[in-house]
Amino acid sequence: MTATLATASYIGATILFILSLGGLSNPESSRRGNLYGMIGMTIAVLATVSGPHVTSAGYAWILGAMLIGGSIGLYASRVVKMTQMPELVALMHSLVGLAAMLVGFANYIDPAAATEFTGAAKSIHEMEIYIGILIGAVTFTGSIIAFGKLSGKIGGKTLLLPGRHWLNLAGLLVVIWFGREFLHAESIDAGMMPLVVMTVIALLFGIHMVMAIGGADMPVVISMLNSYSGWAAAATGFMLSNDLLIVVGALVGSRGAILSYIMCRAMNRHFISVIAGGFGSESGAPAAAGGVQPAGEVNPILAAETAELLREAKNVIIVPGYGMAVAQAQHTVYEITKVLREKGVNVRFGIHPVAGRMPGHMNVLLAEAKVPYDIVLEMDELNEDFPDTDVAMIIGANDIVNPAAQEDPSSPIAGMPVLEVWKAKTSIVMKRSMATGYAGVDNPLFYKENNRMLFGDAKKMLDEVLVALKA
Amino acid sequence: MPQIIGVPKETAAGEKRVATVPEVVEKLIKLGFKVAVESGAGDAANCSDDAYRAAGAQIVDSAAKLWAAADIVFKVSVPTAEEVGLMHAGQTLITFIWPAQNPELMQQLAARKVTVLAIDSLPRMRSRAQKMDALTSQAGVAGYRAVIEAANAFGRFFNGQITAAGKVPPAKVFIAGAGVAGLAAIGTAAGLGAIVRANDTRAEVADQVVSLGGEFVKVDYEEEGSGGGGYAKVMSEGFQKAQREMYAKQAREVDIIITTALIPGKPAPRLITAEMVQSMKPGSVIVDMAAERGGNCELTEPGKVVVKHGVTIVGYTDLTSRLAKQSSTLYATNLFRLTEELCKTKDGVINVNMDDDAIRGLTVIKEGNITWPPPPLKLPAPPAKPAAMPAKAPKHGEASAPASATRTAVMFGIAALAFWFVGANAPAAFLGHFTVFVLAVFVGYMVVWNVTPALHTPLMSVTNAISSIIAIGALVQIAPPLLGGATARPEAWIHWLAWVGIALTAINMFGGFAVTQRMLQMFRK
Repeated sequence: MTATLATASYIGATILFILSLGGLSNPESSRRGNLYGMIGMTIAVLATVSGPHVTSAGYAWILGAMLIGGSIGLYASRVVKMTQMPELVALMHSLVGLAAMLVGFANYIDPAAATEFTGAAKSIHEMEIYIGILIGAVTFTGSIIAFGKLSGKIGGKTLLLPGRHWLNLAGLLVVIWFGREFLHAESIDAGMMPLVVMTVIALLFGIHMVMAIGGADMPVVISMLNSYSGWAAAATGFMLSNDLLIVVGALVGSRGAILSYIMCRAMNRHFISVIAGGFGSESGAPAAAGGVQPAGEVNPILAAETAELLREAKNVIIVPGYGMAVAQAQHTVYEITKVLREKGVNVRFGIHPVAGRMPGHMNVLLAEAKVPYDIVLEMDELNEDFPDTDVAMIIGANDIVNPAAQEDPSSPIAGMPVLEVWKAKTSIVMKRSMATGYAGVDNPLFYKENNRMLFGDAKKMLDEVLVALKA
Repeated sequence: MPQIIGVPKETAAGEKRVATVPEVVEKLIKLGFKVAVESGAGDAANCSDDAYRAAGAQIVDSAAKLWAAADIVFKVSVPTAEEVGLMHAGQTLITFIWPAQNPELMQQLAARKVTVLAIDSLPRMRSRAQKMDALTSQAGVAGYRAVIEAANAFGRFFNGQITAAGKVPPAKVFIAGAGVAGLAAIGTAAGLGAIVRANDTRAEVADQVVSLGGEFVKVDYEEEGSGGGGYAKVMSEGFQKAQREMYAKQAREVDIIITTALIPGKPAPRLITAEMVQSMKPGSVIVDMAAERGGNCELTEPGKVVVKHGVTIVGYTDLTSRLAKQSSTLYATNLFRLTEELCKTKDGVINVNMDDDAIRGLTVIKEGNITWPPPPLKLPAPPAKPAAMPAKAPKHGEASAPASATRTAVMFGIAALAFWFVGANAPAAFLGHFTVFVLAVFVGYMVVWNVTPALHTPLMSVTNAISSIIAIGALVQIAPPLLGGATARPEAWIHWLAWVGIALTAINMFGGFAVTQRMLQMFRK
């Protein structure tokens, strides 16, 4: 295949990738979107392999690597549970970061790669390598830590080193200084030292950054890392003067950035403050001092009474949260939904943008349990319907239904859009205990007169409700 | 030691209700109490002794034995002197008392050293109290029954019909007073198909009237009539004149009038005069729900149905007893909710906690001491108006307000500088790539902005798979055609770095697309 033909194939692949991302914007076209992505990827890989940059000596190696990597990937995709999706996604981000790092290093130590560059072009090329490795390294360790946090291997608590902002700043200055050294390096060997130092700092920075971000901010972190993996690809594209990599990297990068922005807005927080980290720990204190402490008594309810309420309701809205994922309760939720729908009850699901640990986490879980997606609605779509709702059932969610966000300006979550479940005739909160959510804010909802608390493990309680409903 | 709840047979003439029903007996037993019911107590309300026995209650054959055994007595109507005589010290009585109207009864009860909770004295301002509010539940039943009595006495259909035998106009019903009973009557009459109008001195109930299918008739006079506690107050002379004119007009037009007007501690207001009755069409019906307290209609005879000037005037005072099963069930549930409040520990022993506003209001005699009237309720301080809330985040996909002019100008300035810097220094080849990059960022932004949030996770995993395009970087390095004998190429290193890179991205590529496919398969309608 000639170079021009390869480039033409790249253009075709680019179009397919854009169509793929576009297709994923609604459920009807999404499967086709995924197919476009696969075709695009196949074209891109085949065009590269058969293109002028790869000789036949490499085919066996490539095939071997693809087979090993591909089987691991396919195996992982088959065994992963839907509740583990955030972990898988984080792990995959780390792979992209690591690959970007490796490619960067390989490119740097290859003297053939740089022979065509002189003067400013050479500096730019080296800068591209430097930045590419930097982003790759941050993405790699950041995603590993995110994976650890999501899978519970690392505690969800935020780690706040003293003077962490200064540490980050110092790291940045060192990186810039060594970047200068790197550009001025006479030979590849001389440039290696600054490059390695920078990589180590970047790796540490990735760890430090994600360690400082708490559980409820995880959706933002994931989408941010998603964005980074795109920028890493784009930087690699600049390094290799490959337009396909640049375009795809930029697409993924800007997409991830938008998603992070949407997530931040759903929590009414600034992107910078999320990245700066330390949510739960810093804002807990002012809440206790200045906020209106909710008072009153909570009304517990039994599973049988819950079933009674549900049976007599006309409109029910179920609000799932991370607790449903933890308890693996989505299948029971669907069974209950099915029984109620057969009785003619209008059951719908209300999903907060940041419910769960990953954007869209709840939707995937409910889809897995076969809940039809046309009764799974976004917060904005059904928030006005709560006054006409007989029962709002909240399963393992807390901050996203906290009325303090609207009623108490001193609350750390003030102004965050929330599902207005307290406007329903009755709200039932399923929870293990009275503990606060990730934001560390007490929830006045629990003390409202029309609220009932169903204490216990969500799965166990829902099973009891289901039995009572069927009886 | 669980306490025994005793339910005697009601002794008042015409009282068909009973203070608890078998369904509620079960719930009381779950709270830890024992329940004893006098034989035949529920007969008039269709609750047989067997049903009580099946629910776990003990049947006691005489009133004397029951009163002697019970620690707590549930009753409906005001206790008679004989019943008071059966009480013993330490006993608790929960029933209607009307302490203001029955001072002597209060003295007699106090003398027996008992505790009395008057269900009619429940403070009504608290929404927590609604579940125990027997006045409301019984008034609702009475309002329903009043319409049924009216329909019974009325010689025509309620709903308008067009039949083969000709057109039937709908009945016009006027309801005076839109309290609980009035609202229940409005709902019932509207449900039967009548044209319903209603009036109340409290203007704020107009919405409720409309929501039940009625039409609110205003009195042509400005005055606010809410007297606190959910009751109306006595109105000024000017208002009353305007009100009389309105009633006179309604009387000429409508077929049925149901009056429910009561003012606490006063005789019922006279709303319908003899003249108005005279002006009504023959065959019309008046149901006077205030008959017991003197009646809203001048010609009402309490407890009787009379026909005056061709108008049937129903003056029954026992409307709730005429629907004994329903009113008993609701009353029993009210008492059960009260018992729950009294027995929070669920151990079958009640605790009359005088620090609780609702229970303080209900308790008229505590261990022989008259505690009525209760001190005025400390109303909960209205929650402070929240200070200005932070601006609400715009909804997803909604256009945000354009940024301020200075900010935009600064941003453009910075961008212009950056582009100038790039343009001045970078070689042409780089600029080509840079153009592609910037355009791709914008395309990404446009393509993804309107994604439905439901698909965020699959979108994320597909972009993940797509970012494995970085494999191309590794592919071009693994075995490039070597141009002109490059010096000292660390072949092995590059080779392995690239190989690992390919393997890693392959995990992503295959895994990412496969898992996305798996997720998308699950999304279905």
